[in-house]
Amino acid sequence: MGRYVIRRLLQMIPVFFGTTLLIFLMVNVMGDPIAGLCGDRQCDPATAAQLRTEFGLDKPVWQQYLTYMGHIFTGDFGTAFNGQEVTELMASAFPITIRLTIVAIVFEIVIGISLGVVTGLHRGRPVDTGVLILTLVVIAVPTFVTGLLLQLLLGVEWGIIKPSVSPEAPLDELIVPGLVLASVSLAYVTRLTRTSIAENARSDYVRTAVAKGLPRRRVVVRHLLRNSLIPVVTFIGTDVGALMGGAIVTERIFNIHGVGYQLYQGILRQNTQTVVGFVTVLVLVFLAANLIVDLLYAVLDPRIRYA
Amino acid sequence: MRGATHARWAACAVAVALAATACGGGDDSGGGGGADGIVSSSWGDPQNPLEPANTNEVQGGKVLDMLFRGLVRYDPKTGEAENEIAEKIESTDSQNFTITIKDNWTFSNGEKVTAQSFVDAWNYGAALKNNQKNAYFFAYIDGYDAAHPETGKATTDTLSGLKVVNGTTFTVKLSQKFSLWPDTLGYAAFVPLPKTFYSDHDAWLSKPVGNGPYTVDSYAKGSSMNLRRWDDYPGTDKAQNGGIDLKVYTDNNTAYTDLTAGNLDLVDDVPASQLKNVEADLGDRYINTPAGIIQTLAFPFYVKAWNTPDAVKVRQGLSMAINREQITDQIFQKTRTPASDWTSPVLGEDGGFKEGLCGDPCEYNKAEAKKLIEDGGGIPGGQLKISYNADTGSHKEWVDAVCNSINNVMGNNEACVGSPVGTFADFRSQVSTQKLTGAWRAGWQMDYPLIQNFLQPLYYTNAPSNDGKWSNEEFDGLVNKANAETDKATAVSTFQDAEKILAEQMPVIPLWYQNGSAGYSDRVENVALNVFSVPVYDQIKVK
Repeated sequence: MGRYVIRRLLQMIPVFFGTTLLIFLMVNVMGDPIAGLCGDRQCDPATAAQLRTEFGLDKPVWQQYLTYMGHIFTGDFGTAFNGQEVTELMASAFPITIRLTIVAIVFEIVIGISLGVVTGLHRGRPVDTGVLILTLVVIAVPTFVTGLLLQLLLGVEWGIIKPSVSPEAPLDELIVPGLVLASVSLAYVTRLTRTSIAENARSDYVRTAVAKGLPRRRVVVRHLLRNSLIPVVTFIGTDVGALMGGAIVTERIFNIHGVGYQLYQGILRQNTQTVVGFVTVLVLVFLAANLIVDLLYAVLDPRIRYA
Repeated sequence: MRGATHARWAACAVAVALAATACGGGDDSGGGGGADGIVSSSWGDPQNPLEPANTNEVQGGKVLDMLFRGLVRYDPKTGEAENEIAEKIESTDSQNFTITIKDNWTFSNGEKVTAQSFVDAWNYGAALKNNQKNAYFFAYIDGYDAAHPETGKATTDTLSGLKVVNGTTFTVKLSQKFSLWPDTLGYAAFVPLPKTFYSDHDAWLSKPVGNGPYTVDSYAKGSSMNLRRWDDYPGTDKAQNGGIDLKVYTDNNTAYTDLTAGNLDLVDDVPASQLKNVEADLGDRYINTPAGIIQTLAFPFYVKAWNTPDAVKVRQGLSMAINREQITDQIFQKTRTPASDWTSPVLGEDGGFKEGLCGDPCEYNKAEAKKLIEDGGGIPGGQLKISYNADTGSHKEWVDAVCNSINNVMGNNEACVGSPVGTFADFRSQVSTQKLTGAWRAGWQMDYPLIQNFLQPLYYTNAPSNDGKWSNEEFDGLVNKANAETDKATAVSTFQDAEKILAEQMPVIPLWYQNGSAGYSDRVENVALNVFSVPVYDQIKVK
């Protein structure tokens, strides 16, 4: 197990360098960011040249990348164009997005898995068909439609929530955005769980458990669900990274100043330091989530061993 | 039964969560009403650090307008320059100015505003080492070349043209005659700065201190700034409310939604997608007034084909082929006004705005347009490509409409096409490095309400924003002459003479004047936009 973890951690190193290099190149391909800094008029050449030196933009890309990576290991992610440290931006954005992601994941787990179990055990019944149609609708409707609709109904028409989240983004204000963010994944979780449960419901160990005379609840939760969760956990694990990075739409609609907003702003202003910094952290989150998922397999199914 | 406990825990969590959301629906716009009421307003994240000489966009500019007062202030309604801190600004030759300031001004930290506060701030703004994006505002002052050379290193950090005489007087020597120069001093780059700005720069940036009607109560970079009325403010335009809470929105649609839901008092940018509903939603709480912004189509004069006498006809023809009325009505919902000169209505007649100065070339005329373009040998290259940035500002819609209009006139669906560029930065970089070979969208937001500002930076030979590299000796001569006039009216009419050359040569096609738009809640009143389309925050009253 220990060796497995170490090997996985070592594998992360090339992935980490590869992705950051790719992002670095992609942002650089977009052209000269200083040109957009002065608005519809040209920056005067002397100031532009000096800004370029300050942000290291006058050096060849490979050199910029090496300097940047060198700085990252000392915890210096550079400075955004508005003079703020990127680490400062991260310190304000990540807690908010993490809260939002947690809300979304909780919804996925609680609602998604419960619905999946219910429908999986009642295949073909009206409740199954109903939930299937519902999930189909949720998957088909784009997130921004769901988001704007809920914002309009709950926020403006009925006044149950505030249409926008305040800058501090407390947990209670993130419930509806979290639900919106989770909606599509939630539908997938429901369907994955349903299929998995339905498949395993007819397996030998479930029959044995029932034959032993175990209570139905214990059969379902301890035997059936636990074994059916492997694909679901895989999905939710990879979804953590996707949710954090993909929150751009939801964050925009509900005015949440999280990672999505900073990334969007960074791309719009072609701010290499912000974009690469945030994506680097997202890559790390993604890699860590994947590792945790792989380790969770053993907890769910003790037959799985790592070497 | 462990399973059961889990399920119950989950159910409780959801119940608590939902209950908490319901609690979160209340209204918390605090501060009460009346003279101490707090106004909440939408905001965008300023692009640059909040230094006066480094702020060149409207979001940072509106904060500076609340925090600072300069020598001169533009009347919010008429845009006319009036002395504020300046007691008098005198000159006998339009080149050497003596500025005397009033004695009673202080910064909100108690420091006195002196002649030195101005001179230090201007030197700071001009010095190359400080990277100030508005440094070129000091370019008229003698010695700018040494403190801020075009290329290479600066030899000094101070402007030789600035001299402090005593606590309330300083002199300015310009490098050329410029009679209207005092009128430019209302721009934010010219405000005085307190000593703490230099001594503890980081602290100042995280909580700016100025001499205006408001002070910063708290500032969370990127998300909000709370400004409170400064009770000891020495100026005459004291704030009529208790303070302003600026809130950064990720999307102006969300700000608008917040306004209609009653969570926000003021939105100073009504999103284009809401223009259809805005009258129904807000009624007379919707403001749509002209701002000092003009939008144009620019051409590359560094491309030979566009720089010929025949191409003049083509440009005039293209201008005539654009149905401005229809586009401003249908696409912009009347938030633009068809342009018929190269300035802006906010200047007023006295300031140099002249409706119809462009004449026939700016009137829609299908038959004449086609004839002119064909007389001029057709569109260079056979097709007009209009470049624009696709990331912000929804330029696609109107560029397509302009092309449609031209294609209609030419009877050719390929005569004009839009050519999107991914990001604003990339677009600007292509424009400023002369990479574009077709036309591109251009826009100009005035820095100060002067006709000079609409002409010289844009069309004077090698001027900083003359991206198309148009050059005309007669035009340059008239601008120089106008700047040297001591009488304001003569100067303005000379500038108009120069503008007439634009009508003959059509270096850029004027499209429309942009309006400022805003909407406000029924909790506040006396809301107006100034000529820069920034809300006059200090005059807003809370009911």
